[in-house]
Amino acid sequence: MEDLLEVKNLSFFYGADQALKDVTLPIRKNSITSLIGPSGCGKTTLLRCFNRMHDLYPKNRYAGEILMAGRNILSDGVDVLKLRNAMGMVFQKPTPFPMSVFDNVAYGLRLKSVRNMSALREKVEKALRQAAVWDEVKDRLHRNAAGLSGGQQQRLVIARTLAVEPKVILFDESTSALDPISAKKIEELMAELKKEVTIVAVTHNMQQAARISDYTALMYLGSLVEFDETGVIFTKPKHKMTEDYVTGRFG
Amino acid sequence: MDHLKSRKLKNLVAMTLATLCAAAGLALLFVILYDVLVEGLGALKLRLFTQDPAPPNLADAGGLRGAFLGQGLLTLVAAAVGVPAGVMGGTFLAEYGRNSRICRLISALSDMAVSIPSIVIGAFAYAVLVKPMGGFNGWAGAAALAIIILPIILRTTEEMLNIVPWELREAAFALGAPQHKVIIGIVWRSAKSGLFTGALLAIARVAGETAPLLFTSFNSNFFKLNLSEAVPSITVSIYQYAASPYESWTEMAWAAAFVVTVFVLLLNLVGRAALKFKKVG
Ligand SMILES: Nc1ncnc2c1ncn2[C@@H]1O[C@H](COP(=O)(O)OP(=O)(O)OP(=O)(O)O)[C@@H](O)[C@H]1O
Ligand SMILES: [Mg+2]
Repeated sequence: MEDLLEVKNLSFFYGADQALKDVTLPIRKNSITSLIGPSGCGKTTLLRCFNRMHDLYPKNRYAGEILMAGRNILSDGVDVLKLRNAMGMVFQKPTPFPMSVFDNVAYGLRLKSVRNMSALREKVEKALRQAAVWDEVKDRLHRNAAGLSGGQQQRLVIARTLAVEPKVILFDESTSALDPISAKKIEELMAELKKEVTIVAVTHNMQQAARISDYTALMYLGSLVEFDETGVIFTKPKHKMTEDYVTGRFG
Repeated sequence: MDHLKSRKLKNLVAMTLATLCAAAGLALLFVILYDVLVEGLGALKLRLFTQDPAPPNLADAGGLRGAFLGQGLLTLVAAAVGVPAGVMGGTFLAEYGRNSRICRLISALSDMAVSIPSIVIGAFAYAVLVKPMGGFNGWAGAAALAIIILPIILRTTEEMLNIVPWELREAAFALGAPQHKVIIGIVWRSAKSGLFTGALLAIARVAGETAPLLFTSFNSNFFKLNLSEAVPSITVSIYQYAASPYESWTEMAWAAAFVVTVFVLLLNLVGRAALKFKKVG
């Protein structure tokens, strides 16, 4: 499969603290890549390099490259707002905006100056259907999103992300705060979505990583330990540490 | 067991003291409210709102309509300047100035400014806006009130915005929103009932002020709302009428005090209700 992104010798620093050490891995197009590893190993840090969330805070520094279509998205000349438009992100806890369901999904579209109401309606419905939440919200589009359940909110957030048609969606433990049924729905949704987008997902749930992802990367203390097809990582990994980690003997 | 007993005893003593203090405070508040209610309600007449001041020897004549309007105008002008400036400043501190030393200093200074006695602010306005202009004027009064409002709004805004979860901002940034849109569309919107409450409470705080007006816009017996002259003020009128030897004037002071008190209490109640309302809606 084709590589959509190529992380090359990426290091990252929170001020003086190095959180990523020379990470190199490919992100294949229309696949799900899981990032696993013990707490504090740098999964979130790596994920937030892809949409340059770290730029929001002073003193953060990247070294190395993340190539997308041959271009380093970490370089100074990149339009970060555009980049973030292409790299959707779903957080651990649902983050509905304090507005109606409709306006939530339309938020990113309006940022892109989609003003035409019928176009907005169409795109909002499409995104909500894609996120498998349309049936549950279609009668309450104009009520505040805070009234939805946690699982519905999380799918709403996914719809909001999908509405702007990103190339990549970054999930940071996005099912861990949800009940098992909602988590399952989102898992199934991710499997469905990879037809259209590329997914990078941080998870602490080994079964989940094994079930949904095509590729898995194990990280430890800011370094990449092993990256391979998920089947390989879970059945015949090259490194002893990987085997220990995925079998739960470690971490 | 001894240890437990002594703890229980200490607890009892502390609780009793705290309760007594609270009761004393509340009792005083109620005495004041009761006085204002009884005396004020008894003296309340429609002409208070419809007539201009009359000499004290005229029975059944005279009101303070200009003073109510004048006070309202000063408060409005002060709010029109102080609220937006405070919201902007507080937003800057919360959104752009996190972790910056100068911003922490501004926060701390505003906290101090909140507790500056309002008469000091009146004296300041007198020095810079009354003396150089050659006399009492409404601008100086409004400015003094605005200076009182500003740090209150600044700090409440900062606090209200700090409550908004950081993740919500990140979620908007993650969609490619520029910072000013995140602030206006997400942060202010999340905090809007808190900001509204803050503004109302700050306005309530200055609506009943006398001291900062004494040296600035002072008072006027004429029904004239010109900010470049002395402006009729209800609180300054209360002050003057209450201290006068005429019974008809002291009665009018009570009635006016009653109106001002009710107004300020209402503003407070509405402000607090707005915060509660948010949690339901
Ligand atoms: N804002 C920050 N400033 C300084 N150090 C940070 C910051 N955020 C994370 N770190 C450090 O960077 C390292 C990697 O953190 P990161 O959040 O990426 O871990 P993680 O793998 O996502 O962990 P978890 O599974 O607990 O979410 C940790 O040592 C952490 O303490
Ligand atoms: Mg993490």
